[in-house]
Amino acid sequence: MRETVTKAKTKLDIEKIQADFPILRRDIRRKKLIYFDNAATSQKPNQVIDAISDYYSRYNANVHRGVHKLSEEATEAFEAARKKVADFVNAGDSRQIVFTRNATEAINLVADSWGRKNIKKGDEILLTQMEHHSNLVPWQILAREVGARLKFVPINESGELRVHSSELGNLLTPRTKLVGVTHVSNVLGTINPVKQIIEKIYELSAKNSELKPKVLVDGAQAVPHMPVSIQNINPDFYVFTGHKMLGPTGIGVLYAKKELLEEMDPFLYGGDMILEVDWENSSWNYVPWKFEAGTPDISGAVGLGAAVDYLNSLGMKNVREHEKELTTYALEKLSSVKGLVVYGPKDPEERGGVISFNVVKNGQVAIHPHDLASILDTEGIAVRSGHHCAQPLMKVLGIPAAARVSFYIYNTKEEVDKLVPALEKAKKIFKL
Amino acid sequence: MMEEQLYREALLEIYRNPTNRREITKPDLEAKLVNPLCGDEVKLQIKLEKGTVKKAAFSGNGCAISQASASLLAESIQGKKLSDVNKLRGNDILELIGINPSPSRVGCALLSLEVLMEALKSGSKS
Repeated sequence: MRETVTKAKTKLDIEKIQADFPILRRDIRRKKLIYFDNAATSQKPNQVIDAISDYYSRYNANVHRGVHKLSEEATEAFEAARKKVADFVNAGDSRQIVFTRNATEAINLVADSWGRKNIKKGDEILLTQMEHHSNLVPWQILAREVGARLKFVPINESGELRVHSSELGNLLTPRTKLVGVTHVSNVLGTINPVKQIIEKIYELSAKNSELKPKVLVDGAQAVPHMPVSIQNINPDFYVFTGHKMLGPTGIGVLYAKKELLEEMDPFLYGGDMILEVDWENSSWNYVPWKFEAGTPDISGAVGLGAAVDYLNSLGMKNVREHEKELTTYALEKLSSVKGLVVYGPKDPEERGGVISFNVVKNGQVAIHPHDLASILDTEGIAVRSGHHCAQPLMKVLGIPAAARVSFYIYNTKEEVDKLVPALEKAKKIFKL
Repeated sequence: MMEEQLYREALLEIYRNPTNRREITKPDLEAKLVNPLCGDEVKLQIKLEKGTVKKAAFSGNGCAISQASASLLAESIQGKKLSDVNKLRGNDILELIGINPSPSRVGCALLSLEVLMEALKSGSKS
């Protein structure tokens, strides 16, 4: 077999991709839309929109209930979507995939169903300084309720986790019951070495049998943008959401090791999650349905399945390469804007397609990110501004807020080129 | 054009060199609010004399619109009767700052009014 040399050049046909996204044909304030807010939510291709519409117009029925034809078709499509998702992230047995509303709900499910049972007074939960509120607040509430303690892995000045050997060893104790870490930071863009972190934890556990925390990885910013193999990373829990990966809103995913799902209590109670119901008692359905009470988001799952098909057709390696190329290009272009400070790792190898920045003068944020975003909006450029649901991280960075551009498969270098004059325009308005 | 409307020079000048940006010691009325969406922060302090605003001052940080709006509001209520200040509404503030922000920015413009209403409540408690 002959090996072909892979070039760092993008293999995606961007024009063809753009044609699949009807929203990209919209003009914003008489300018062609440049959508740089993909870390918040991605746009949706016709293939996803059509799959949802097709479900409602051809085989809408409730799942796991009816014996009629439509219900069979709906059930088949719903479970096929679960299998597609499981294969997409190489999760192994698809019964380890629980559909939730979003990544936030998946974490709440773990905190409630697993955490309440296993985290006790005096125990510790180890998180990182770069967690999204969704992987912080549920643990705060649980910790307060049971009397557990939160600890945080600090970040260094390049926005990377300080997890080198001794540091992690010092933070982990036999009381640490859970380690929660984001795969890719939604602010800094940092790609955390989650596989190495988990390996390290196993290494430490091998030396000290009292040390056996479970590990939850928040993959909301990873799964849409790069190849992810859950079996390779080997976390106990892994969560992500559909709407950031071309799918619809309202559908998220929890992966958990099957033995954990089996010992966990249900999250919500009601229909579909039961096996047998008596007046006084009930028994629970098998996993994953035990965790999917009530009618699930069937169209959402079908739409997410179509999104997975779409991403598979592009190839996740190509998606990652494209974003890396754009990020490299954007970092270089942004470095030409005087007074602009970029947060997070400098090396595009170590960061996803997320760039947070501020316009700074004398060490102070000179244009508030909201003002910056409003001015970019007048140029048709959609960026996020604010604290990005990571207020404690903003404090670590010493800033009130930041502006953020985040890329996806339909973004181009030409669009990045338009960002620079728009930023210069903002500086001019603010007399900088 | 839109941004000239949103970021008219007079407003930016107030943002750069705001009046009434200071702390009042022992204020009669005080409140602070944070806009959870963007982290804009405004504190308003009021010194009263016979039911009239003698001094008003603001502090905080945030976007140009929230800070300029707080400055203008503090200016406008000085010398006014509390009963009149109580009657201020959103439209009065937008008129005061002379812009018509898009829905996502209205909160920035009206944060100072919300703080003012909170401050007035703080007085009724004591």
